[in-house]
Amino acid sequence: MSDYDVIVIGGGPAGLAAATSARGEGKRSVLVIERDQKLGGILNQCIHNGFGLITFNEELTGPEYAARYEKLARDAGVEFLLDTMVLDVSPDHMVTCVSEARGMQRISAGAVVLAMGCRERPRGALNIPGFRPAGVYTAGTAQRLVNIEGLMPGREVVILGSGDIGLIMARRMTLEGAHVACVAELMPYSGGLKRNIVQCLDDFGIPLLLSHTVTRVEGKRRVEAVWIAQVDEKGRPVAGTEKRYPCDTLLLSVGLLPENELSRAAGVELSRVTRGPVVNESLETSVPGIFACGNVLHVHDLVDYVSQEATAAGAAAGAWADACAQHQAHDEEPGIPVVAEGGVRYTVPQSIDPERMPEKLTVRFRVGGVYEDKRICVYLGDERVIAKRRPILVPGEMEDVTLKREDLLARPGLEKIVVTLEEA
Amino acid sequence: MQEKERRYDVVVIGAGVSGCATARELAKTTASVCVVEREDDVCCGTSKANSAIVHAGYDAMPGSLMARLNVEGNALMYELAKKLQFTVKNIGSLVVCTSEHDIDSLRELFARGVANGVPDLQIVDRDTLRSMEPNISPNAVGALWAPTAGIVDPFGLNVALAENAATNGVEFLFDAPVTAIERRPDGGFALETPRGRILARCLVNAAGVYADQIHNMVCEDKLEIVPRRGQYMLLDTTAGNHVHHVVFALPSKMGKGVLVSPTIHGNLIVGPTAEDIQDKEGTDTTAAGLAEVAEKCGITVADVPLREVITSFSGLRAHRAEHEFLIGENPSAPGFVDCSAIESPGLTASPAIGRMVAGIVTNILGLEGRPAGEFVDTRRGIPNMNDLSFEQWGSLCEENPLYGRVICRCCHVTEAQIVDAIHRPVGARSLDGVKRRTGACMGRCQAGFCTPKIMEILSRELPDVTMENVTKAGPGSEFIEGHAKDSIAREDRA
Repeated sequence: MSDYDVIVIGGGPAGLAAATSARGEGKRSVLVIERDQKLGGILNQCIHNGFGLITFNEELTGPEYAARYEKLARDAGVEFLLDTMVLDVSPDHMVTCVSEARGMQRISAGAVVLAMGCRERPRGALNIPGFRPAGVYTAGTAQRLVNIEGLMPGREVVILGSGDIGLIMARRMTLEGAHVACVAELMPYSGGLKRNIVQCLDDFGIPLLLSHTVTRVEGKRRVEAVWIAQVDEKGRPVAGTEKRYPCDTLLLSVGLLPENELSRAAGVELSRVTRGPVVNESLETSVPGIFACGNVLHVHDLVDYVSQEATAAGAAAGAWADACAQHQAHDEEPGIPVVAEGGVRYTVPQSIDPERMPEKLTVRFRVGGVYEDKRICVYLGDERVIAKRRPILVPGEMEDVTLKREDLLARPGLEKIVVTLEEA
Repeated sequence: MQEKERRYDVVVIGAGVSGCATARELAKTTASVCVVEREDDVCCGTSKANSAIVHAGYDAMPGSLMARLNVEGNALMYELAKKLQFTVKNIGSLVVCTSEHDIDSLRELFARGVANGVPDLQIVDRDTLRSMEPNISPNAVGALWAPTAGIVDPFGLNVALAENAATNGVEFLFDAPVTAIERRPDGGFALETPRGRILARCLVNAAGVYADQIHNMVCEDKLEIVPRRGQYMLLDTTAGNHVHHVVFALPSKMGKGVLVSPTIHGNLIVGPTAEDIQDKEGTDTTAAGLAEVAEKCGITVADVPLREVITSFSGLRAHRAEHEFLIGENPSAPGFVDCSAIESPGLTASPAIGRMVAGIVTNILGLEGRPAGEFVDTRRGIPNMNDLSFEQWGSLCEENPLYGRVICRCCHVTEAQIVDAIHRPVGARSLDGVKRRTGACMGRCQAGFCTPKIMEILSRELPDVTMENVTKAGPGSEFIEGHAKDSIAREDRA
């Protein structure tokens, strides 16, 4: 007998939706363990609007969106441990955690949902030459300082990387009276949402320098300037294009990395592309009874999709826990692999068992470059079952296709499912 | 800030590892001792940015001070680590030979090590090497195996020496660069610093890359210290097991070449370069330097996972042309003791350097030892949660619930450790100070999540520190420029 039917690691948007869904109308005991003092995760510092257009059909701020899901979870009777850090999840679902209030604890679960989110890629990972002074922040750290602490990290700002948080912070710093000189992006396209480029850069006259990067940081104690150069198609700085930007602050928005240290220690197989767990149609990882959703699984663009995915993961974890409690054997047959081809970088899930999948299953993915006028195609064996026309596809925006269970069941012996791009 | 004139028997200039080792040894005497440091903390120069290796001692020329103090320091280091509770790991080192033509050089190195008194040296063949290091380069033909070598927490060593010195009565004065030194009629010295004038009967010059400036203020002969820059890359703990020993390439004229080694924090370190530069503050990295490290680490080790890099940094070795430590009382300046040109293997040698320099000062001033039992020769370290069992961590939480509040997620550093680091003798005052004492911020997020939390703890625990003036590493490195809405308030007033 486990302490809880389902334990959810992380109380951000993914964890809250997964927990609510796992609760199954009060049928199961569900515990969320959150390391911060508040639920809501990174949404708490995202005070701009634009959240929830799909889920609630209105434009909410991050804290508002989080509050709605927190209320849903609380009303559903989910239990919470806040200010509590999970140190270990064992393959047999024993969760070890520590907190100021209760010290060290071990809590067992029927099933576990991983919902730890992601972290920002730091400067070091880019190996930008120069000094290591104060004044270099990831965009998310700056966002916390400004929005939560009410403190300004700087006045003259350069932003490297055009991820969504960087774009949002370009506008935020400008609104707070700072001057943002430019956003430099290594790639020939932005990593963020189109709407953020328009609303956060274009509307404020902030230049976006594509195919540019920071080549040097000046200033021993505090940033004094950064050098920006154009890069060639391989991302190498082009000699003679270096320009010096005097500034006191360099913000980085150069990628988000799923935070899978606990998953790795639990023996969960990770994808080299998403850096998140490899999952099947139930969003179950390679370790039976451990599920994953949200940004720990793959980095999302919209929180609405996180909520959808987490709801599915929570329900699957709940069902798993039920079966476990009734000592039913789990079907561990490997599913049909979903293969990403022709510009599709990855898919989530990576395999599907038609017997276990719901009537309709959303497969999410991102493309590896900018593509115009293409069709997103799905092949079941040799047969094309989906051909969805898209005028533009960009790496910053997540795509999806919906597979029907009946289509898969109608093709016994199916060896692979291919998601690919073709000319329109 | 002008303060009162201070008077000591001995002033040590520089709170790096040699200065603090010397101060700790002097604390065993009845002398009054002050360590004067230009930065805001101990371990801010060469001591903080190096390979963090406990060298065995086969590199330096037989008969040199470097050779003697390296071998002595190596033996002392492991003992000292127990007493002062900092981390060393005796993992051994391999000098890898990648060409049959160079086997003679390897034998030469072996013979030099034997002459220097390095114990247990051995030349291992290709197969043995491969079984010790499965990721060794396919070109490797053999290696010099030195089981006494190891890795050390350089910050831990430096902080432990300083704390223990302070516990035994040594004073520390930070943010106090020495701007002038005057010879006094009584034979002593008067030092000018922005924090006031300091009088000393005897001076120890442990000023690292600035040791030439200090030396030349007092001595007739002129010293030149060249900052020899070394650039490094640090890889995530996921790469920490790529090698299991310190792996060197055969040394060249410019140093020991690029090494690949685990660190005591579980990361993998690769580097350094060796470039002679002019700027004594030139701790920046360069594209060329990092590219060189990336290329050269592949000479001895295959498939170093460079994509796991989490940070890169530079350190400056205090090099002089003679490539030898300069330790001793200057003939032209009685009472002025150099502890200069301490480049590699200075970190390893530091416990022996401290003894030697303190011995010289003791002779000059005719110092007496303190009564038996008065010198506290042990120190309680800050616990590392990752080394503790569930029960051990749990009982610490019962003692102090703040051991249950994890502040640095990547490295599992708790609020209790950070508060402890702040309130110790010679405690942390900046984010980097906390980092060096606790290991916080050293993980894969590189302080992204914990910076604001550590800022809050520093401003809560230290009376003169606020959120607005918390620094990364002392004055001039403030994190915060002002308050949000400041500009709006300004416009309103206008």
